[in-house]
Amino acid sequence: MDATVATETLLDVRHCRQSYPKDSAAELVVLDDVNVTLRAGEIVGLLGRSGSGKSTLLRIVSGLLRPTGGEVIWRGRPLQGPAEGVAMVFQSFALFPWLTVQENVELGLEAQGVPRAEREERAEQAIDLIGLGGYTGAYPKEMSGGMRQRVGLARALVVHPDLLLMDEPFSALDVLTAETLRTDLIDLWMEGRLPVKSILIVTHNIEEAVLMCDRILVFSSNPGRVAQELRVPFPHPRNRLDPPFRQMVDDIYALMTRRPPTPAPRPVGAPPQINVALHPLSTNLLSGLMETLAAAPYSGHADLPALAAALQLEADELLPLGEALQMLRFSDLAEGDLHLTEAGRRFVNADTEERKRQFAAALRAHVPLAALVRQELDERRNHRVSAARFRDDLEEYMSPDYAEETLRAVIGWGRFSELFSYDDDADQFYLEEEEEA
Amino acid sequence: MSDTAFPAVASVRRLPNLFDIAAIVGVFGLVIAIATGARGTFAPLSAPAATTIHLDPSFLPYYALRTTMRMFAALACSIVFTFTYATLAAKSRRAGMILVPALDILQSVPILGFLSFTVVFFMNLFPGRVLGAEFAAIFAIFTSQAWNMAFSFYQSLKTVPRDLDEAAIAFHLTPWQRFWRLEVPFAMPGLVWNTMMSMSGGWFFVVASEAISVGNTTWKLPGIGSYVSLALEQRNIQAVFYAILAMLVVILLYDQLLFRPLVAWSGKFRFEMVAGSDDEDPWVLAMLRRTRLLRELLEQLNRGIGTIGGMRLIATHPGRRSGTRATRLGDAFWIAVLVVLVAAALWKIASFVSGSLTWRDVTEALIDGCYTLIRVVVLMILASAVWVPIGVWLGLRPAWARRAQPVAQFLAAFPANLFFPVFVVAIVRWRLNPDIWLTPLMILGTQWYILFNVVAGAAAFPGDLKEAAANFRVGGFLWWRRVILPGIFSYFITGAITASGGSWNAAIVAEVASWGNTKLVAHGLGAYIAEATDAGQTARIVLGVVLMSGFVVLFNRLVWRPLYAYSSRRLSF
Repeated sequence: MDATVATETLLDVRHCRQSYPKDSAAELVVLDDVNVTLRAGEIVGLLGRSGSGKSTLLRIVSGLLRPTGGEVIWRGRPLQGPAEGVAMVFQSFALFPWLTVQENVELGLEAQGVPRAEREERAEQAIDLIGLGGYTGAYPKEMSGGMRQRVGLARALVVHPDLLLMDEPFSALDVLTAETLRTDLIDLWMEGRLPVKSILIVTHNIEEAVLMCDRILVFSSNPGRVAQELRVPFPHPRNRLDPPFRQMVDDIYALMTRRPPTPAPRPVGAPPQINVALHPLSTNLLSGLMETLAAAPYSGHADLPALAAALQLEADELLPLGEALQMLRFSDLAEGDLHLTEAGRRFVNADTEERKRQFAAALRAHVPLAALVRQELDERRNHRVSAARFRDDLEEYMSPDYAEETLRAVIGWGRFSELFSYDDDADQFYLEEEEEA
Repeated sequence: MSDTAFPAVASVRRLPNLFDIAAIVGVFGLVIAIATGARGTFAPLSAPAATTIHLDPSFLPYYALRTTMRMFAALACSIVFTFTYATLAAKSRRAGMILVPALDILQSVPILGFLSFTVVFFMNLFPGRVLGAEFAAIFAIFTSQAWNMAFSFYQSLKTVPRDLDEAAIAFHLTPWQRFWRLEVPFAMPGLVWNTMMSMSGGWFFVVASEAISVGNTTWKLPGIGSYVSLALEQRNIQAVFYAILAMLVVILLYDQLLFRPLVAWSGKFRFEMVAGSDDEDPWVLAMLRRTRLLRELLEQLNRGIGTIGGMRLIATHPGRRSGTRATRLGDAFWIAVLVVLVAAALWKIASFVSGSLTWRDVTEALIDGCYTLIRVVVLMILASAVWVPIGVWLGLRPAWARRAQPVAQFLAAFPANLFFPVFVVAIVRWRLNPDIWLTPLMILGTQWYILFNVVAGAAAFPGDLKEAAANFRVGGFLWWRRVILPGIFSYFITGAITASGGSWNAAIVAEVASWGNTKLVAHGLGAYIAEATDAGQTARIVLGVVLMSGFVVLFNRLVWRPLYAYSSRRLSF
C-alpha cells in the first residue's frame, strides 16, 4: 500500500480526554488530549503498557464509551454511540456459547434486520473466507482458542465494516496460533479480500505491532497520551529477523522505557507521597530476574528485547518488573536496557535471611506506602492497623481497582521481607510478635 | 448429540418412526387432558360437581390433573413475573432501589399465612365462581415460586459478562434483541434450576391451598389436597394412601417428562468455554431429539422464538446519559416519593395494629415464635447430623451419587404434607406429645435439600485433594474436620438455607394437625397463625405473619448470610 496517496479520512479523534470523577473534586485522567486520524487503506496500531488507556481509546472509537472531552468524527459526522460500519474483535473472543458458529456470525446481520436468506449466505462467505468452512454447526466450546478467534473475526467481517477494531486479538492465544492468525490476516489484507477499509489494532506486543501495522502510535502512561507516532516502512510480508525490523523493535523498547521527568523533590517534613500505583509482582519473579541479570551472559547488563525473548516474556510483562526493580534501586532502566545496581548485586549474593533484610530496607527507603504502613504499626501499642485506612488514602489518587492492586503489592512485599504481616480475615496489617530473649 | 448412535434418523426417510407415534399419542393425550381440566374451572361454584369431593380413587386422576394444571398456571405467571420484575429491577437503577429489597423480604414471608386474605380477595373478584377460589390457589402457588426465580434472573442480569455485553452493543443489537439473544440465554441455567426448586416447593403449597377455610366458610377445589383433607375429616387412612400414590405418579411424570429434559437442555447455555463431560441425555430429551416429526416441530418453534427474539423492537436511542445534575435531582425526588410511601404504609400499619391488638398479643406471638425458632434450630442440627455423613458417603462414590441425586430431588419435590396424616394417626394412637412429635413434620419435605446439595458437594470434591488426604493418611475425625467438611461447606449452606426457609413455612401446616375430630396443636408461631386463620382474626394473622417474616429475615441475616459469605470467601475452590 502506498501511504503517500491521499485517501479518504475515516476517523478523526480530536483532543480526546477520558477521566473518571472522584469524590474530592479531583479526577482520574485516563486519556489526555489524544489525537488520532485514520485513513482508508491502513493498519494502525495502538501500542502501550497496560493502563495507558489504549483499550479505553478503542472503546471510545467503537462508541461503547463516551469521552469526557473532545470529539470523535466518524466519516465526517460526530460519533453518537456504536456506529454503523465499525466492527470489533475482542481479546476474550466474546462469543455467545449458546449460539453455533453460524449463529454467532449472523448476529450482527440479524441486528441490522438483514433477511434470513441473505444472512445465511453472507455468513457462509465470511466463514469460508476465514477458513472455518466445516465448522458452521459447531459450538464455540468445542473449538480451540485460535478457531474461536477466527469466529470472532468472521463475525466482525460479515457486516462489511469500514473500520475493523481489534482489542489485543491475539494475546489470549499461544505463540504459534497467534502467529498463524496474524499472517493469515495480513495475507487476506494484502490480497484485498478483507471487506474492510481500515484496521485499528490495540496491542502491547511490540513485535506484533511492527509486523502488522503501517503506523504505530506509542502511548505513554499516567495519563495516557500519544508519545510518538511511527511509520513502519517495510513491505509485507515482513521478516522478524531483518536487521531493520530488529532495530525498530529496539527503538520502540527504548521509547517505552524512556524515563519520565523526575518529579519535584518533596518538601522536608511533608507526609510521604503514596500516589504511585504499584503492581503486585511476585518477589520470586523479581529476585529471579535479578539473578538472571547478574549471571552470564548478561553480567549485570541486558538489552530488553533480547532479555524478553530469552525469558519468553512480553514487553508488557517485562517492563513492570524492570520498573519495580528500578523503584527499589536494585536496577536501572533506561533506553531499552536494564542494568543491575550495586544494591542489586549485593541482593543476589546474599542468603535468604539477608535478602529479606535488604528487601525490607529497600521497601522502607523507596516505597513510601510500605514505609508508612510500618511506621503506623510501630506507633500503635497493639501493632495492628486496618488496611481499609490505606485503601481510602490510595483511592484519593487512583481508581479502586488500582488501589486494591497497590495494596496487594505492598502486602506481598511486606510479607516476603517480614517488614509486616497482613491478616486477611480482619483486613489488618500487624507485626509478628518479636521474640524477646 | 448422539444422532450417530441412532441410524434411524437417516434424512431420506420421510415416514414417521415408532417414536413419532408414541410422541403423537402423548401430545394428543395432553391436549385432551388440558381441555377436560379446564372445563371444570369455569363451572359456577353452586354446581354440585364443582365442590363436592369424592373419596373414590377413580376420581383421583382427574383431581391430580386439576392440581397439576394449577401448578403450571402458576408457573406461567411466575415466568412472566420474573421476566418483567427482575428486568425492571436490573435495568432501572431507581426501580432497583426498592424492588430488590422488596424481593428479598417477599422471599421470607410465609405465604400460607396470607391464604385467608387472598381467598377473600379473589372470591370477591369472581363472586359465585370456582374461578375465584382457583385464582386464590394459583396465587398462593405463584407466591411460593416467583421470588427465587426472579432473584436468580436478576442476579444473572447483573452478572452478564462484560465482553458479551459489549459485543452485543458493538454489533447494534436492540435492547429487545439483547434480551433474547444474550440475557435470557445467559440466565437460563440458573433460571431452570430455580424453577425446578420452585416447582418442588409449589407442590407443597398447591396441596395446602386447595382446601381453605376462613372463619365459617370452607372452599374445596377438586384436587389432591382437597381429597386428602376430606380423607382426614372422614378418618379414611386408605384414601390417604391412594392420594400419596397418585401424587407419586404425578411427580414422577413431571420429573421425567419435564424437568430432567429441561435441565439437560439448559446445559447448553452454561457459560463456560470448556466442553464438559456431558451426562447422557434423559430419555425424553433423547426422544425429542431423535423423533423426526417432533424435532422438526421443535425446530420450527425454535425458529419462531428466534424470529421474535430477533425482531428489532425498541430501537437503541444513542445519546448522552443525562447529566449528573439531573440524575441527582431525579434521585432526590424519587427517594422523597419512597419516603412518603413508606411513611404512609407505616401509618396504616400502626393505626391498624393499635386498633385491634394489645401488647399481650404481641408478647404471646413472640414467645410462640421462639418455640418455632427452637424447633427449626433443633431440626436443622438433627437433619445435618443425619444427612451430611450419608450425603458425603454417597457423593464420594460416583455410581451411588448418580443414583441418589435424582431420588433426593424427587423426594424434595414430593409434597410432604400428604404424609402428615400418617404421623398424626401414629401420634393419636400412641398418645405422643404433639409439641415434640409434630415437629419432624416441619422438615419432612425440606431435609432433602440438605441431602442433595451435600451429595453434589462431595461429588464435586477435587480428586487431587482426596488423593493428597489419602497419601498423608489423614483419617477419622481429622479427615472430617480438615478435609471433607470445609470442602462441602458451601454446598451444605446452600441446601441448609433452603431447608430452613422451607421449615418456617411448613410450620403453619405442621404445628396443627387434625384427624377427624381430634385436633393436635403444638405451641409455636405456625400454630398461632393457623388458629387465627381458623378463627378469622385478621389482626392476629397479620401479626403472626409479620413476626414470622421478621424471624426468618433475622435468621437469614444473622446466621446464614455471614456463613454463606464466609464459605464463598474461604471455603470454595
